[in-house]
This record gives sequence, structure tokens and C-alpha cells, in this order.
Amino acid sequence: MKKIMTALILMGMAASAVAQITEVPSNNGGVESLRGSAELNITRGADKHKRVIKDREPLQRNYVHQPPIIPHQVRGYKVNLNANKCLSCHGWKYARETGATKVSPTHFETRDGMTLSDVSPRRYFCMQCHVPQVDGKPLVGNDFKAVDSLTQN
Amino acid sequence: MNILKKIWQTLSTPSKAGVGIVLALGFTGGVVFWGGFNTALSLTNTEEFCTGCHEMADNVYQEYRETIHYSNRSGVRATCPDCHVPKDWTHKIIRKIAASKEVWGMLTGIIDTREKFQDHRKSMAMREWKRMKGNDSRECRNCHNFEYMDFSEQGSRSVKMHSSALASGEKTCIDCHKGIAHELPDMKGVEGWH
Ligand code: HEC
Ligand code: HEC
Ligand code: HEC
Ligand code: HEC
Ligand code: HEC
Ligand code: HEC
Repeated sequence: MKKIMTALILMGMAASAVAQITEVPSNNGGVESLRGSAELNITRGADKHKRVIKDREPLQRNYVHQPPIIPHQVRGYKVNLNANKCLSCHGWKYARETGATKVSPTHFETRDGMTLSDVSPRRYFCMQCHVPQVDGKPLVGNDFKAVDSLTQN
Repeated sequence: MNILKKIWQTLSTPSKAGVGIVLALGFTGGVVFWGGFNTALSLTNTEEFCTGCHEMADNVYQEYRETIHYSNRSGVRATCPDCHVPKDWTHKIIRKIAASKEVWGMLTGIIDTREKFQDHRKSMAMREWKRMKGNDSRECRNCHNFEYMDFSEQGSRSVKMHSSALASGEKTCIDCHKGIAHELPDMKGVEGWH
């Protein structure tokens, strides 16, 4: 008898636990986030795959000291201890031949403002600051305008 | 009747028969050997063969799987021998004989760990670059023919370099496209690298 009772109680507990799991309430209160208005407990369909745009003209900068955006594909470009693909075009030695913009002198400075004879370790991993763009629409609206002196005609 | 007689005569004269039989045997043997040899050659010219050695499978093969020559929009692949083994017979045989040292390398364990591979990579890569530079990147050109490159389809950076240094013959594919299929060794001192 005792055994049957325990079993029944356990079963009851398990059943109510299951019921609770399926009944998690989800109500985003009509708030739209970056994942749209999908409820938490619903898996939203994935967005369409975005593509990196091939080569194009350098993009306008929005503020002074902005790291410029990379206006070309970087697929397969490795930057590691052994090799730096970016510098094989953007290094001062090769920039003229390849038509790439030279890295600016700030890339040779340490954080204490000392100028080194080669690219500073803190500017070695280019993609920490420079990134390519995809053909996606901005996720949120933005009416930021660059200062007049940076606006290209 | 006359013909049969002649054949019998030939066969019964030892010296003449000897020549004939040797020639005949030589001929069939040659066909068999040749066929077998070429079959063996083409068997060793597959990706499965190359990756049969863990030295190749654990290092260069894994790296190559992340690159455009393994997977791309058109599904056309370049396999190990496409880039590393010449297509025409003479060059292929020469390369194959040179490559027999790889078997020795395997037996002596010259690159049998990842660390050893990395230490040895620069000397191997430099030999490959030298070979490709020496034959004007012949294996690349088996698939990529400069004559048929459509500059209107290429990126502006590609067009700039291809229409100048490549078109004039001043540089060849491997001068500008190192490390397209595998990780690079330490590039200090290599021309064109930082
Ligand atoms: C094959 C040569 C080449 C390689 C490799 C290369 N670039 Fe470039 N890059 C260029 C060229 C050419 C331009 C365009 C310059 C122009 O049109 O004014 C450019 C433009 C840029 C710009 C924009 C500069 C500006 O003034 O707006 C940035 C940033 C940049 N590249 C970063 C990188 C980074 C980071 C890497 C490595 C991941 C890299 N590049 C690799 C050739 C190269
Ligand atoms: C810590 C962030 C950071 C890193 C890392 C970095 N950059 Fe920059 N880069 C900047 C900023 C900020 C600017 C714009 C202001 C300036 O010139 O310092 C810039 C400017 C540039 C420019 C434009 C120069 C000009 O004259 O207009 C190029 C080209 C460039 N970087 C390339 C590179 C390359 C190549 C690397 C890797 C070797 C690299 N950067 C690493 C932050 C960075
Ligand atoms: C028997 C195992 C084995 C097989 C099979 C094998 N390799 Fe290797 N491979 C090695 C070893 C070991 C080395 C290092 C040889 C040395 O440097 O002494 C090597 C070196 C190389 C090198 C560098 C060449 C050089 O001159 O330094 C290339 C390229 C290469 N292999 C490509 C291939 C290709 C392509 C195939 C298939 C056709 C292949 N390997 C099949 C074991 C193998
Ligand atoms: C078996 C044929 C074949 C051989 C051999 C070959 N390639 Fe390719 N290559 C391809 C294919 C296929 C693509 C991808 C085309 C596509 O779909 O975009 C490609 C793409 C490329 C790209 C474009 C990379 C990019 O990111 O857009 C470069 C660069 C390249 N190959 C250089 C070489 C070089 C250098 C060699 C010689 C060492 C070589 N290829 C040998 C077939 C080959
Ligand atoms: C003088 C340097 C140079 C030489 C020589 C050269 N290339 Fe390129 N190639 C480039 C540059 C720079 C790019 C564009 C940047 C990138 O893809 O990294 C490029 C891009 C490519 C692409 C991609 C094209 C695109 O825009 O989609 C292919 C494929 C290619 N090269 C194949 C070859 C082959 C094959 C050879 C030899 C017949 C060769 N290249 C010789 C510099 C060179
Ligand atoms: C698209 C052409 C291409 C393909 C495909 C390719 N390789 Fe290579 N391989 C090269 C080039 C070019 C080098 C010279 C070093 C470099 O630039 O990375 C090289 C170098 C090597 C080396 C010397 C070590 C090193 O990392 O430099 C070995 C070993 C090797 N390849 C084996 C293989 C094997 C095994 C495969 C097939 C899984 C393969 N390769 C596929 C082009 C190719």
C-alpha cells in the first residue's frame, strides 16, 4: 500500500512538472526587439544570408579617428604570428604597387605615444578595428550625420 | 600451305625463332607492364592516396578544407594532385621520383607530429614555391587560363594586378597567391610579405 501511494504521489508530481514546463507563459508585451516581435518560446526563422560586397570605393568616414571600414572582401586573409596578409598591401613598402591606402602613422605608435619603426603590436591585428560590411539593411533606424568637414560630395 | 611451312621453318631455326618470341613476349609484357604502371600512377594521383598518410591528412588536408579550392559556389574542386603533380607524362614521372623521398620521410618520421610539421613547413613551402615559380605556375594554369579571365567579372584589385604584372609576365600566380590552400609558415624575409 505504502509503495503504491509513493508511486502515485511521484507520478502526480512528475505530471504537474511536465504541465508547468509546457505552460511557460511568454508575453513580450508588444515590444519589438532585434529579433522582431517573436515570442520567447517560439523559434523565429533565420534571416537571409548576407553577402560581403566585392571591391568598391572607400566608404565615407563618420567622425575623425574612425577606423575606416574595409571596402573589399577579406575571405581567406590570415593575420597571425607567421604572416599578415593585410600588410602585404597596406604596408608602406607595398602600398604604391598595390594601390592600397598606407596604414597611417598612428599604427606605429605604442600606447605611450612612442613611435616604433614597424607596426605597433596593438595595431597588428587589423580586424579588431577594421571590418568589412555586408549588403544588409540597418537593424535599427539611425539618422546620425557625419560632420560637414567629413562629408564627401 | 606454303605459309604454314614458312612459319615452321622459322620456328625450327633457333636464332630466328628466338628473336620472334622475344619480340612477341616483350611486346605483350610491355603492354601489361605499361598498363599496370600507368594504373599504379593514376592510383597514386588521387586525394585519397595523398591523405592516406597522417602527415598529409592531419595538417595540410585539414587546412585546405577551409579554402576556396575545397568548397565554393560552383562546386568545382582542385585536389592535391591538381596543384602538386604535373599533368603531362614526363614531368609527372620526374615529380613522382622526386616524391619518393616522402616515403622515406614518413619512415623516418620527419613530420610525424604537428609541431614537427610546423617546424619543417617553411623548407617544404619554399621548395614548392621554387618549383611553381620555375614552371610559371603551370599547375594553376591548367585550370586558370589568363586568356579567358574576364576582367569585367573580377574585383578592381584583381584587375589592377592581373592586367599589369601578370599580363606582362613580370610575375606569376604563385608570386602573389601564396597560402591559398594551406597555412603559411613564418613569412619573414619572403618577398612581398611584411
Ligand atoms: C590585395 C591587396 C589588399 C589586401 C590583401 C588588403 N587590402 Fe585593404 N585595400 C586595398 C585597396 C586597393 C584598397 C582601396 C584603396 C582605394 O581605392 O583608395 C583598400 C582599402 C582598405 C581600407 C579603406 C581605407 C580608407 O581609406 O577608407 C581599409 C580599412 C582596408 N583596406 C583594410 C584592410 C584589411 C584590414 C586587410 C586585411 C584583412 C586588407 N585591407 C587587405 C588592397 C588590399
Ligand atoms: C586599435 C584599432 C586599430 C587597429 C588594430 C588597426 N587600425 Fe587601422 N585605423 C584605426 C583608426 C582609429 C584609423 C583612423 C585614424 C588613424 O589614422 O589613426 C585607422 C586608419 C587606417 C587606414 C587609413 C589610413 C589613412 O591614411 O586614412 C588604413 C589603410 C588602416 N587603418 C589599415 C590598417 C591595417 C592594415 C591594420 C592591421 C595591420 C590596422 N589598420 C589596424 C584603428 C586601427
Ligand atoms: C607515405 C606517406 C605520404 C603520402 C602518401 C604522401 N605524402 Fe606528401 N609528404 C610526406 C612526408 C613524410 C613529407 C616530408 C618529406 C620531406 O621533407 O622529407 C611530405 C612532403 C610533401 C610535400 C612537400 C614537398 C617538398 O618538396 O618538400 C608536398 C607538396 C606533398 N608532400 C604533397 C603530397 C601529395 C600531393 C601527395 C599525393 C599525391 C602526397 N604528398 C602523398 C608523406 C606522404
Ligand atoms: C583543378 C582546377 C584548379 C587548380 C589546379 C587551381 N585552381 Fe584556383 N580555383 C579553382 C576553382 C574551381 C576556384 C573557385 C571558383 C569559384 O567558384 O569562385 C578557384 C579559385 C581561385 C582563386 C580565387 C580565390 C577567391 O577567394 O576568390 C584564386 C586566387 C586561385 N584559385 C588561385 C590558384 C592558384 C594560385 C593555383 C595554383 C597553385 C590554383 N588556383 C590552382 C580551380 C583550380
Ligand atoms: C601581381 C600579383 C598577381 C599575380 C601575378 C596574379 N594575381 Fe590573381 N589576384 C591578385 C590580387 C591582388 C587579387 C585580388 C585580391 C585577392 O583576391 O586576394 C587577385 C585575385 C585573383 C582571383 C579572384 C578574382 C576575382 O576577383 O574574383 C583569381 C581567380 C586569381 N587571382 C587567380 C590568379 C591566377 C590563376 C594567376 C596566374 C595565372 C594570378 N591570379 C596571378 C594578384 C595577382
Ligand atoms: C590550389 C592548389 C593547392 C591544392 C588543392 C593543394 N595544395 Fe598543397 N600547396 C599549394 C601551394 C601553393 C603550396 C606552397 C605553400 C603555400 O603557398 O601555402 C603548397 C604546399 C604544400 C605542402 C608543403 C607544406 C606547406 O604547408 O607549405 C604540402 C605538404 C602540401 N601542399 C600538401 C597538399 C595536400 C596533401 C593537398 C590535398 C589535401 C594539397 N596540398 C592541396 C597548393 C595547393
